Amino acid sequence: MVAIVDYGVGNLFSLKSSFAAIGQDAEVTSDAAVIRNADRVILPGVGAFADAARKLRESGLDETVRETAASGKPLMGICLGMQMLFERSLEYGEHQGLGLLRGEIRPIAERIPAGLKIPQMGWNALKFTRKDCPLFRHIREGDYVYFVHSYSAVGCEESLAAVAEYGADLTACVWKDNVSGCQFHPEKSGTVGLAILRAFCEVGA
Amino acid sequence: MITKRIIPCLDVKDGRVVKGVNFEKLGDVASPVDLARYYSENGADELVFYDITASAEGRALFTDILTETARTVFIPLTVGGGINTTADFDRVLKCGADKVSVNSGAIRDPSLVGKAAKLYGDQCVVLSVDVKRVDGVLRVYAKGGRENTGMEAIEWIRRCVGEGAGEVVVNSIDTDGVKQGFDLEMLEKVCEAVQVPVIASGGAGKIEDFITLFNALPGVDAGLAASIFHFGEVRISDLKKEMQKNGIPARY
Repeated sequence: MVAIVDYGVGNLFSLKSSFAAIGQDAEVTSDAAVIRNADRVILPGVGAFADAARKLRESGLDETVRETAASGKPLMGICLGMQMLFERSLEYGEHQGLGLLRGEIRPIAERIPAGLKIPQMGWNALKFTRKDCPLFRHIREGDYVYFVHSYSAVGCEESLAAVAEYGADLTACVWKDNVSGCQFHPEKSGTVGLAILRAFCEVGA
Repeated sequence: MITKRIIPCLDVKDGRVVKGVNFEKLGDVASPVDLARYYSENGADELVFYDITASAEGRALFTDILTETARTVFIPLTVGGGINTTADFDRVLKCGADKVSVNSGAIRDPSLVGKAAKLYGDQCVVLSVDVKRVDGVLRVYAKGGRENTGMEAIEWIRRCVGEGAGEVVVNSIDTDGVKQGFDLEMLEKVCEAVQVPVIASGGAGKIEDFITLFNALPGVDAGLAASIFHFGEVRISDLKKEMQKNGIPARY
């Protein structure tokens, strides 16, 4: 069973439905016991970093997510959930992340040429930096996924698995041991997104 | 590179796609869920569901349809029509919409855009504007293009984007239904005025109209159309192929 961590941020309907579409049992939950019993865990998130990090902390589920990472169970952060896996974010001030991956979250405006719209919103192609990333088992380099973001992870060479070119190579996918993340929305990325979720469900299975 | 988006728009009334649709392969399709799935499998980058129901029963049916669509279609879904309050945002977001488009609702209550952007984020709020030239001035029309609000369109768009609209759909009443191409002059003014994604609507009759649009106006991010897709006059897969041939980034 896949536990989708519900800490009061965003709409998890599509995410849950996308697991159903690939025949995987998934539960949206804020119950630490359910998360502990799950085979794998998804940390979702949309909105502002500070607000989401505070909600995760207040729910006490930050500890449960850390436990998941330490247990070796597959963990995947999606969009803002992926950003929270890192050490810190510089979105409106400086905020602590979970520190499960090395790197920090910075505005894409610092890295892309003026004139490009922010957020990056739409479909962009994946460029693999690590072809052996288990998430890519069922997809090909150049496949398109759907992004909506104004911030991205930097200094994350250690875990970087794919980038997307938007005036600069922006972090799209990370993977280190059992901890992974997608800056894009696999649940909104059509068959490619579902194939990534399927690969995630096969890790360690 | 980020691709230019192609977006079919489905008008839904009492749970059915208005006018019905006829595809060679599918025959008559009136189920929005089936049509959404078809488009998703055939290259649409995003879908817009427009609720043109007036009754409460129809509205409930619309949210059922929306839920069912979000359960089976995994591309971004924008919902518009009858969005007047943040409670309306809440209602459709809970059913699986990713973005919500406001038009007359924002004209009636100009604080709606700002309130919704604070609650759900800018990326969730799409401003939809029906624009028509009156004595050479671009005017905002309300109530499905029937009523001149007297507001100047570029000023209105700039104001709403300032309040937090994360995307703008510009529908030209002058070119809508004429099928002679998008309203490039109007769209250029919008692109100059705002930094958020601009979606062109109204006037597409053939593949070349999209090519002309994206070549002439690099600031336009997406093209939206309804009947030409529904009636098979333009197939999205053919359109995407032609875009690629012309050096326009397209997901294909």
